[in-house]
Amino acid sequence: MTTTTKPAAPVAAARGRRPGGGALALRQGRLEITQFLRSRESVVFTMGFPVIMILIFAAIFSDEIAPGVSYTQYFITGMIATGLMTVSFQNLGIWIPIERDRGVLKRYRGTPMPKWVWFAGKVLMVVAIGIAETALLLAVSVALFDLTLPDTAARWLTFGWVAVLGVTACTLCGIAISSLARTARSGSAVVTPVALVLQFISGVFFVFTSLPSWMQQVAALFPLKWMCQGLRSVFLPDSFGAQEPGGSFELGRVALVLGLWCVIGLVLCLTTFRWTTKRDG
Amino acid sequence: MDDELAISVRGLRKAYGDNLAVAGVDLDVHRGEVFALLGPNGAGKTTTVEILEGYRRRDAGEVRVLGADPAHPDSGWRSRVGIVLQGTGEFDELTVAEVVRHFAGFYPDADDPEKVIERVGLGAKARARTHTLSGGQKRRLDVALGIVGRPELLFLDEPTTGFDPEARREFWDLIRDLSAAGTTIVLTTHYLDEAEALADRVGVIAAGRVVEVAPPNRLGNRQEALATVSWRTPEGTPELAETATPTALVAELAARFGGEVPGLTVTRPTLEDVYLRMIGH
Repeated sequence: MTTTTKPAAPVAAARGRRPGGGALALRQGRLEITQFLRSRESVVFTMGFPVIMILIFAAIFSDEIAPGVSYTQYFITGMIATGLMTVSFQNLGIWIPIERDRGVLKRYRGTPMPKWVWFAGKVLMVVAIGIAETALLLAVSVALFDLTLPDTAARWLTFGWVAVLGVTACTLCGIAISSLARTARSGSAVVTPVALVLQFISGVFFVFTSLPSWMQQVAALFPLKWMCQGLRSVFLPDSFGAQEPGGSFELGRVALVLGLWCVIGLVLCLTTFRWTTKRDG
Repeated sequence: MDDELAISVRGLRKAYGDNLAVAGVDLDVHRGEVFALLGPNGAGKTTTVEILEGYRRRDAGEVRVLGADPAHPDSGWRSRVGIVLQGTGEFDELTVAEVVRHFAGFYPDADDPEKVIERVGLGAKARARTHTLSGGQKRRLDVALGIVGRPELLFLDEPTTGFDPEARREFWDLIRDLSAAGTTIVLTTHYLDEAEALADRVGVIAAGRVVEVAPPNRLGNRQEALATVSWRTPEGTPELAETATPTALVAELAARFGGEVPGLTVTRPTLEDVYLRMIGH
């Protein structure tokens, strides 16, 4: 072992080609979905929690809150919005710190994978689980609690854009808030209280207009209140719009606030995202 | 820049606050060489290597790795560099085969995943979820992910920590195989026997500086160092002499005792002796 040079490795001459960016992103999405589905806790927590909440609340409260609108219907729209927030904001805000702490992110950074592919994988996972989650909630609600599915194309369209804008804002905020957690375990300590408080003040568990007005004003600063309101316009009769704080469903304002949160979330992601833990430099 | 050099470092410096972790490192690693970086914890080994791997920014100095500045890694460069970090990146819910196959997809000229799994000795575990692997088996998976892209240059940060002696020997054979195929290998290690068994040259790093670079058998002028001859007098008292001519001394002792010399040993400083002296013990 005294020689210091050996024949050099063949330099990149006849290299093959790896899959293109789109294919890499799809592969990454599939891997993320597989990981999610195999982790029993996330499936139970994310998919099961909203269904269980609907079953419990529907069994406790059955009165009408307005002509032709039962509390159950009101609550279900809130839980669909909550479900969308859970798969995006909570899911990412809890799991990304764990992966960062374990060094999974650092390992990806050491490969030729383009950075955006990793984010695309997370987004594909959120979208797939979000669709499955919403379908499950709708199926349960239609079968057991007389929820009627939207009957016009316009309502489906509203459902679509409220869900897309809401999930986008919550996904970006989830990625952004993941950088606040310093260890794997603190992710859920950071995210869960935020999510829970938002649910209480945004009109998920209680009829929004029955909350103190200062609480309504605080809630109006965050996306969940607007997601709930947008979804009420999809599933509740048009006449219920008069019961909203603004006297209508205010869809323009829903779009504006959710759009603003997309921008805020994106800026926070771009400025704060870390691939490694603090102690890792 | 010399094409024979895989790595060239001049005046590398990196501080964390007031703590100067790397205080002016100069280093050359030839193509095809196995280079071991040896040093105590906190000597600046990992910081140096992580700068070379493109994970950390340097404060000052000139660094070329495979002809490029690792501070700006692009995906072409990443696909030529393999990295095995210290204890990173567990994918609990996935199987060994799934993880290796997924990472193979990031590289333009990846090796056959099944072959790589066999090569690191995980053939029997290919279908096992990674969280069921032992510490040593997880390390083998780390190595598999480091080599699956067929790198020209492979970094190994304390690769055999947690290996039993047999696994360690198998790993050494793997490194020799890779080296024989022309891969340049840079490894950091605490184990002197590992450096001695594998490395063409050893760099000793202490307090942020490279103290010496030499083939392991010549480190600290080991070959020229005085030999220690020890024996017992007829009364049983141990005697000890340091000499440049141990053979002559042994012949003289043999003549004096008229045959066997009681308790005779002849030793030279071990790599460990030399190393401990260098790092200031």
